[in-house]
Amino acid sequence: MPDTVKPILSVEGLQTVFNTRKGEIHAVNHVDFDLRAGELLGVVGESGSGKSVTMMSLLKLLPMPPAEVRNGRAMFDGRDLLQLSDDELRTVRGGEIGFVFQDPMTSLNPVFTVGFQIMEPLRTHMGLSKRDAKKRAQELLELVGIPDAARRLDDYPHQFSGGMRQRVMIAIALACDPKVLIADEPTTALDVTIQAQILELMKDLRDRLGMAVIWITHDLGVIAGIADRVMVMYGGQVVEHAPVKELFRNPQHPYTKALLKTVPSLSGERAKRLTVIEGQPPILSSAPNACSFRDRCPHAMPRCGTENPARYGIGNGHDAACFLVEPEVAHV
Amino acid sequence: MFDAHTPLVRVRDLKMHFPIYSGLFRKRTGEVKAVDGVSFDVFEGETLGLVGESGCGKSTCGRAVLRLYDITEGEITIDGAEIGTKDQSDLRSMRPVMQMVFQDPQASLNPRMTVEAIIREPLDEHTTLSAAEKREKVLELMDAVGLNRAFAGRYPHAFSGGQRQRIGIARALALNPKFIVCDEPIAALDVSIQAQVVNLLEDLQEQFGLTYLFISHDLSMVRHIADRVAVMYLGKIVEIAPSDILYTAPKHPYTQALLSAVPEPDPSADARGERIVLQGDVPSPSNPPKGCNFCTRCPKVMDICKEVEPASVELAPGHVTACHLYQN
Repeated sequence: MPDTVKPILSVEGLQTVFNTRKGEIHAVNHVDFDLRAGELLGVVGESGSGKSVTMMSLLKLLPMPPAEVRNGRAMFDGRDLLQLSDDELRTVRGGEIGFVFQDPMTSLNPVFTVGFQIMEPLRTHMGLSKRDAKKRAQELLELVGIPDAARRLDDYPHQFSGGMRQRVMIAIALACDPKVLIADEPTTALDVTIQAQILELMKDLRDRLGMAVIWITHDLGVIAGIADRVMVMYGGQVVEHAPVKELFRNPQHPYTKALLKTVPSLSGERAKRLTVIEGQPPILSSAPNACSFRDRCPHAMPRCGTENPARYGIGNGHDAACFLVEPEVAHV
Repeated sequence: MFDAHTPLVRVRDLKMHFPIYSGLFRKRTGEVKAVDGVSFDVFEGETLGLVGESGCGKSTCGRAVLRLYDITEGEITIDGAEIGTKDQSDLRSMRPVMQMVFQDPQASLNPRMTVEAIIREPLDEHTTLSAAEKREKVLELMDAVGLNRAFAGRYPHAFSGGQRQRIGIARALALNPKFIVCDEPIAALDVSIQAQVVNLLEDLQEQFGLTYLFISHDLSMVRHIADRVAVMYLGKIVEIAPSDILYTAPKHPYTQALLSAVPEPDPSADARGERIVLQGDVPSPSNPPKGCNFCTRCPKVMDICKEVEPASVELAPGHVTACHLYQN
């Protein structure tokens, strides 16, 4: 995809801080990224790397306080999402930007029927009548592959299995034809065979509806199968970003390299021992002024402890935040 | 390869049914057949992987083997002693031989006990060591699992998930067990931490000659750690084989589908061939289908599958599967 395509969502310098009793936690630090129309951007990272908080900051889905979006711009459709009033934001959430959460067990309301919950965004955002909304809700359930959709509209969430509930969540997120769908670990709570069903469904839906998707996960295998571009996060920052094939063939950041090696494969030679990343992820009590991976990095240099590396581009739409890939020219 | 040994753990036709009570008088109206006729051996010094989707009964199976439940039916022999029908009070003397590492390190450690007290508890219960000897043993265990001795006085909340799992492993090791059931020990951990814990388990196995039953839904991790793998579906073992054979030439359609559903961290992995996407969900274990349990989702279903339950067939030495495709 050419770089000249105008991004549909463009985030610059996003910084989110949590004010806790024990001081500040800098969960997201200067995150920049673009999302182009129709593409699927994968976001990978371990728990605590800031991947979910980044996306939730954009739509103010975090409890504020303690969360505070301190800096940044998020341009969507000519508007800065971070400057919108609560009322304006409400039309964006669930309307132009859909959200699928991790846990299908807790993110549906148990006391309303599934049909009511799908019709709710249709009636508020699109102003459909009850009858039209019901018709559309049935189409949506058929779209996400729930058999016998007309009858199941009157069922409650507990009557659905985990995979089916996640399909309902996707149906709700798709209800108003969003331009962007943010999926936060949508398959993590599901079994592999059900995960495979949801991945196939997402690929199919994206081809048919042409929306842009941000897919948050910690599973590199899922990313490899579904994403166009990948963003690797560590310690609240983007450490590497590349098209998917490029990232898996030619990882540059030591963290990405280590992460790819720790996952055992289903085929090929069985390693005697697994490669590990020693140590623990960092605690982000202040804004980073050094590389956050330096304590676990096999290539750490003195410079890594005093300066936070910027993201250096290395061509092919690939960049990494590591002094090892810094172009020589920059020194001169 | 393992035939020369006698099995350390021998399980035959293990059944664990949980009753369902309902109605005004709480009458027994049915049962959940969580484990329904499972047989396997675990040989000394090996790791048997037990994989399956959630709700297939793999955890129940692991717990039942250690008699954490009163089983419905079946024989369990561990280290020469038949424990399937023993009273819980008689089992106490057997407990030092068989231990367990639990899934959730957050929930399986008492938040009001220090690390030292947690690891010492089995020693208090089952040994007559003096206080000084116990303390020395606890510190040795902490060294063995890679925890800093200086942390002995801290409480579980001060540790990360990976470290907590190390505490749970140290506690399981305290009584020099022969057999440890690891119930999803890495499921709650991040990828980079999972590898640390798996390496630790392998080191300890070598050092102490342990035998593991390793329960997990992570097929790629099981491939790494297990010598043999058993695949469970809806309370039954559908296939059991040495790990290399199971992953390269799976026979049961469920094993094939399960393996093909695992996403590989390689974008050019299409070479693996067409992905088998199963339709539908796992049926309820309280009302399993007639015939083969997998017949409702099987891509190769035949008429006989819906009528007759397939028997286990040994296709090659050590490779057993229960499927009508392979019945002569």
